[in-house]
Amino acid sequence: MRTTTPTHDFVRGIWKENPVLVQMLGLCPALAVTNSVANALAMSGATFFVMSCSSVLISTCKRFIPHEVRISAYILVIATFVTLADMLLQAYAPVQHKELGAFIALIVVNCMILGRQESFSSKNNPFRSLLDAVGTGIGFTIALVMMGGFREILGTGSFLGVSLFGPNFEPWVIMVLPAGGFLTLGFILLAMGVFEQRKEAKDEQVTEVLS
Amino acid sequence: MSDQSLFSIFFSAMVVNNFTLAMFLGLCPFMGVSARVETGLRMGLANIFVLVLTAISAWFLNTYILEQAPYLRIISFIIVIASLVQIVEMAVKKLSPVLFRQLGIFLPLMTTNCAILGLAIFQTNRGYGFLQGVTFAVGAGLGLTLALVLMASIRESVEFSDVPGIAKGTGLVLIIAGTLSMAFMGFAGLL
Repeated sequence: MRTTTPTHDFVRGIWKENPVLVQMLGLCPALAVTNSVANALAMSGATFFVMSCSSVLISTCKRFIPHEVRISAYILVIATFVTLADMLLQAYAPVQHKELGAFIALIVVNCMILGRQESFSSKNNPFRSLLDAVGTGIGFTIALVMMGGFREILGTGSFLGVSLFGPNFEPWVIMVLPAGGFLTLGFILLAMGVFEQRKEAKDEQVTEVLS
Repeated sequence: MSDQSLFSIFFSAMVVNNFTLAMFLGLCPFMGVSARVETGLRMGLANIFVLVLTAISAWFLNTYILEQAPYLRIISFIIVIASLVQIVEMAVKKLSPVLFRQLGIFLPLMTTNCAILGLAIFQTNRGYGFLQGVTFAVGAGLGLTLALVLMASIRESVEFSDVPGIAKGTGLVLIIAGTLSMAFMGFAGLL
């Protein structure tokens, strides 16, 4: 039954099955809070915490959760950790807590977290679930910081609040507005499509040469 | 208690701060069931229904139960929403099996639709009363429906045009959404 190695569990979520860019899960936070890198980092940190904790807890308790009510049980576990994350952020990063606002509570309905519990933690031991959650969390962070970086650099001409281009830079205000979120993710996906196509073309060439 | 007028709440939730295009709530159904106008419209109507029910129960919870225990807010909202969605699912299955098949997985997924939990949280944060909450829900639901129908009609016409291979699929949908969102920015500052 077990076909993957622990390393594979860990690496998979980072790029090859990246939750945001490949599986299109967790789009709401990915688009809504990435208007600056700092917000993207706070959001990924909170999601990372919630996902790792709930993965470990759920895979530990999986024997006691009846199959019929598992989804509700998962949601309850996730909601508990989200409440914790909400309070922690409020205590230690009040600025980010204010900026993110309702989107911290909305981590509960991030399909990525529920998806990992349903497809991985409910079938594997705590250690591997933790690896899987950490890998997916890193993938989520990469996607969010990438989008936040593009949007902040183009939209305000700064990175993490440090001005990059001097005072003569005319910011592309559209990039920090909602429309910019859709456009940034759209263009990232288009760029990934170009790479995929090139890779496929190369693979075909190789098989032709070999045959 | 917020003292915003009902009209301004309604209009703001519907177009100025459209849930999907300006606040990125409810993107999963927006991407998933926006291929046909008919399905999009029905999904939107189902959404309005659940949103209004959520607004009523969130108001009830806030006023009578959560005053003593505000830290239970997220947990209790999500339980109420999950059971509401379950009830709506059963009702739709019984009343209109065709619609049930068309909406497919997106009906149970409404539990994890950020628009619904988002509505309950925003309503609480802004301190809306009962009438204001319901108006907010109807406005937000109509806004979602509007976005879904607009998106679906654009996608229906794009289907027959010749798009480059790399742009087929989600990439194109996101760019269209970006353009729509830009159009909705025209409403900013109206209220």
